[in-house]
Amino acid sequence: MNEHRPPRAAQAPGITGRLSRARPTKPGEIYGVPGQGNTLWLSALSIAFFFFVWWLVTEMGWVKPLFVPSPVSIVKKFLEIWNGGFTGTPFVDHVVISTARVFGAFLLACAIGLPLGLAMGMSPVVRGIFDPPIEFYRPIPPLAYLPLMIIWFGIGETSKVLLIFLSVFAPVVLGARSGVRSAAIEQIHAAYSFGATRWQVMRHVILPSALPEILTAMRIGIGFGWTTLVAAEMVAATKGLGYMVLSASQFLQTPVVILGIFIIAIIAFAFDLLMRFLERRLVPWKGRM
Amino acid sequence: MRLNIDEVSVVYPASDGRPPVSALSKIDLEIGDKEFIVALGASGCGKSTLLNLIAGFLSPTSGQLTLDDMPVCGPGADRAVVFQKHALLPWLNVLDNVAFGLRIQGVGAAARNETANRFVKLLGLDGFQKSPVYKLSGGMQQRVGIARALTCNPKILLMDEPLGALDALTREKAQELILNIWNDTAKSVFFITHSVEEALFMGTKLIVMSPRPGRITHRFDLPFSRQVLAGAAARAVKASSDFIRLREQVLEIIFADEEAVAT
Repeated sequence: MNEHRPPRAAQAPGITGRLSRARPTKPGEIYGVPGQGNTLWLSALSIAFFFFVWWLVTEMGWVKPLFVPSPVSIVKKFLEIWNGGFTGTPFVDHVVISTARVFGAFLLACAIGLPLGLAMGMSPVVRGIFDPPIEFYRPIPPLAYLPLMIIWFGIGETSKVLLIFLSVFAPVVLGARSGVRSAAIEQIHAAYSFGATRWQVMRHVILPSALPEILTAMRIGIGFGWTTLVAAEMVAATKGLGYMVLSASQFLQTPVVILGIFIIAIIAFAFDLLMRFLERRLVPWKGRM
Repeated sequence: MRLNIDEVSVVYPASDGRPPVSALSKIDLEIGDKEFIVALGASGCGKSTLLNLIAGFLSPTSGQLTLDDMPVCGPGADRAVVFQKHALLPWLNVLDNVAFGLRIQGVGAAARNETANRFVKLLGLDGFQKSPVYKLSGGMQQRVGIARALTCNPKILLMDEPLGALDALTREKAQELILNIWNDTAKSVFFITHSVEEALFMGTKLIVMSPRPGRITHRFDLPFSRQVLAGAAARAVKASSDFIRLREQVLEIIFADEEAVAT
């Protein structure tokens, strides 16, 4: 009996069959590419659903406002802080000081990290020297060495910026270092066969081909920077978004906590969009040759 | 121009417990003015090693290479290389890619663009000067690579399977294009290929190489490219009885080598 089974295509596809088998593609798509398809509508729906559930549980009184304040109360809080400031400091100042800390640390990390990473990629000597310290501190959470930063550099701006700097520094260095390997050996040989010096090969071949990885590393790096912001503003800060979130949490001002989280997320996301835009403009050839 | 390769051997040192590998053993080869030398052989016969030696990317274990009586040490602009692929710079457009060698040599923008433009036109790429190279077809990308190699007026062109990644039709057209360029520019060429037909069609001299250790086992003088340049149709030449007889003879040599390696 078993020999006379109908061919697979003729079988009615059960739910498991439909989920486990790849479907034929529409024209313009390639069969079997993992994760193919547009997600814009689903994402918009997901966000709308999130806000709806949030609104629903607060509106119906299923959760106490202390735990989850309603979206409306967040907007009210925002207007209140926008007009009157938070702990005596205007809202804009909080945003500016935090952004300045993160971007200051980010620029510093790029200014030092990119050349160092490139040098580590180019020279076994530099790599041999700097690989151990960077690999040693990289996996440690910034909160763990925050006390050291404060003991060594005091409670002023230095320790705050330095903490963020360290969290951005490692991914930037590692990105630049592995970017050096992006150039194809044929491209390098072509340059040398025209009589290029090592410096010219670096400048005209290795650096441009490392650019996609460098930009990705910068994107990842600034993400780490925002993650570390709250830790950096834990001690002796009187301004900043991280400070706002932390001090509000001590007084159980949940709306301010949530507001602060949203502001940080929005700024970080806006910068990520900017970086993606730069990527499209600067390296349109990424992954195409 | 005269390139002399004199008793050159290359031995890769032992590694990972494997014995040392003799990649090339006592190679003697002379490349003269306007000669088109084609190297053919089973994989692992040392064709690419030989090209890397001439290009200066590799130094011989023993023996000597001289170009116009000067020893070859390291790469230089008198020997231009055309690679199989991956050698263009995707962040530069066609014209800037062609002008890249001149830029490396410090030629000013106006002068290098003028020279580059001449070779862009010679390779039939006129109108694509501003196109990004990553949007070109494989055949056009190879033409950009050849134009770039020619700009610095090298004494010899080293071509490492330049047509290996092209489809059959584009490849036949590119063969004739390269022959014409070679004839027009009067360069010497050292050309590696896996295709027996291509080797016979393009070269003035053919060296057949054999693996373990890499060495030259046969040398042939070839008349076919001159026939094409004198006006014969490419397909007719490839279908002529002389061509077919020699093709079968060379194929037999290479198959015998492959079998010797396999057993």
